[in-house]
Amino acid sequence: MATTLQSASEADGARAFAELIRVEDVHKYYELGETRVHALRGVTVSIAPGEFVAIMGASGSGKSTFMNLLGCLDRASSGRYLLQGTDVSQLDKKALASIRNRKLGFVFQGFNLLSRTTALENVELPTLYAQLNKEERLQRAREALRIVGLADRMDHFPSQLSGGQQQRVAIARALVNRPSILLADEPTGNLDSRTSVEIMDVFQELNQSGLTIVLVTHEPDISRFAKRTLLFRDGKIRRDEPVTGRPRAFEVLRALPKMED
Amino acid sequence: MELLSILRIAWRALSRNKLRSGLTMLGVIIGVGAVIAMVGVGQGASQAVQQQISAMGSNVVFVASGTVNRGGLRLGWGQTKTLIYDDMRAIVRECPAVKAAAPGGQTTAQLVFGNDNWFTNVQGTEPQYFDIRDWGLAEGVPFTQADVDSAANLAVIGKTVRQNLFGAADAVGQTIRVKDLPFRVVGVLRPKGQSAHMGQDQDDVIFVPITTLQKKLTGDTWLRFIVVSAVSRQASYAAQQEIAALLRDRHRIRPGQDDDFLVRNLADIAQLADQSSRVMTLLLASIASVSLIVGGIGIMNIMLVSVTERTREIGIRMAVGATEEDVQRQFLIEAIVLSLMGGAAGILFGVGSSLLITRLLGWAVLISPLAIAVAALFSAAVGVFFGYYPARKAARLDPIEALRFE
Repeated sequence: MATTLQSASEADGARAFAELIRVEDVHKYYELGETRVHALRGVTVSIAPGEFVAIMGASGSGKSTFMNLLGCLDRASSGRYLLQGTDVSQLDKKALASIRNRKLGFVFQGFNLLSRTTALENVELPTLYAQLNKEERLQRAREALRIVGLADRMDHFPSQLSGGQQQRVAIARALVNRPSILLADEPTGNLDSRTSVEIMDVFQELNQSGLTIVLVTHEPDISRFAKRTLLFRDGKIRRDEPVTGRPRAFEVLRALPKMED
Repeated sequence: MELLSILRIAWRALSRNKLRSGLTMLGVIIGVGAVIAMVGVGQGASQAVQQQISAMGSNVVFVASGTVNRGGLRLGWGQTKTLIYDDMRAIVRECPAVKAAAPGGQTTAQLVFGNDNWFTNVQGTEPQYFDIRDWGLAEGVPFTQADVDSAANLAVIGKTVRQNLFGAADAVGQTIRVKDLPFRVVGVLRPKGQSAHMGQDQDDVIFVPITTLQKKLTGDTWLRFIVVSAVSRQASYAAQQEIAALLRDRHRIRPGQDDDFLVRNLADIAQLADQSSRVMTLLLASIASVSLIVGGIGIMNIMLVSVTERTREIGIRMAVGATEEDVQRQFLIEAIVLSLMGGAAGILFGVGSSLLITRLLGWAVLISPLAIAVAALFSAAVGVFFGYYPARKAARLDPIEALRFE
């Protein structure tokens, strides 16, 4: 009996180590007047460190709600969400803000950069809320911009950058506090196909260096750059499978015709 | 998040809409400026009144002859003939709170010098009068007690009289005619200006020895008034009571009967004037405060617009880790920066318009550091008070909704 308990807790510890994210039977519903809208109807999934997961699904399938839960922007109505072994479903708003700041990085479809603020300052933004000193903040922001290949665009304003460059700035902003997970919500939704592949190249490289990435997309072309896809339908995961024959984005880029400009 | 970063963000946000921030600030500028200028005007007026009253002499108590009630016909002050020179002597002798006293008689006369003439007040007194009223001479010397005893024809003239009779020429040593009697001018008084409550020209007067006035000009044997100085400002109340008691006794006025004289304490008048100017200051300041409150409402209005406009920015900040407190603090500080800058500009505006009022209207305006400090504090308080609600609103936003906001 004692040994089983011990082995169970050991197994728990081992699982916590092996799992970056564990979601257990999560439900989410919204009260809209009299009616209750079920957005998630019992989602259970675990994501290991170093994974690159693409979440697919039609609109209304619950994938965005799920993403908001993973991003600690919202809380589940029931079920548990363990992030690196800690249950975040019980944390208050302030603690959630701190987790968003330190452990998560967000990339949005619409880039969501602050206009009239330079690339460097946009990237610096999360560090302002992280009790870092000025030099440390600037150094990290410069480093993050270098990683996404925009070292020479630091003082440009978003309006002076192309869509792909803006999204790279957003990625740098997501990386600046050295998060455990990068969450990307339709990151290529506003980009042309070549630029989309370029962004996926950035993601693949980041993933190769060990960063866990969860990506929401409705484009099958994009999802195949990930290592694993989750298909959402009606608030549940319908399919969970590894990607086979995964292309390398830089190779795809080479094959793509250059834009004539 | 450190204060310096917040201030930089606030400055950015405000300078992004320069015109709008400027107009919003204008409300506070006008409010603070108005408070400072109005308090300045009020305090300046109060100080001017105090100065004029103290110009009448320090610790002064006026005793005037009283009214008479003759068969129901009541005449004004200065009609009874019961106040006499011996009363004055008794006051000096018997009232311990009294330092000095000078008698006063009065008539009006046409003065003639050469081809010029001037109609003025002629007052009879003794030399200590000038000390009691703290009224020095600009030229010459006053007449002496010996001159009073001999009823000499000497005159000390006020500045207005000097100007009208002599112009730029020397006055001291000249002889003028008062009711056809020759008087030698021995001194010219320093100008005193208008009196505080009547607006009378106090310099339109000549002084002659009381004996000369009574014997040669009026034929009166009684005094119109006695000017008394108390030993100190506090003692002036005691002096007032001692004099009243003494005169009632000397004039044999029975209890219940009205005084046939009038005792007025300058400290009383000063206090009354002070009180009314304080009420005035308060009134002006409260009217001006209303505009400061209106300015605060302007800040609140603009901050609410700003929160709505920047909903997406708030969402982004929250997504990257800003807490509710971070967002609230940011907007609150923005409102405070707005109101403090308005307050600073308002102080300049208030001081400037105070100087302008002094220059253009000739009013004494007193700019007190206290008023400036209070105005600055008040403008910060306006920022906190009117910035709180918009900041709270910003902090309460749902990050998901805010990010979706177009």
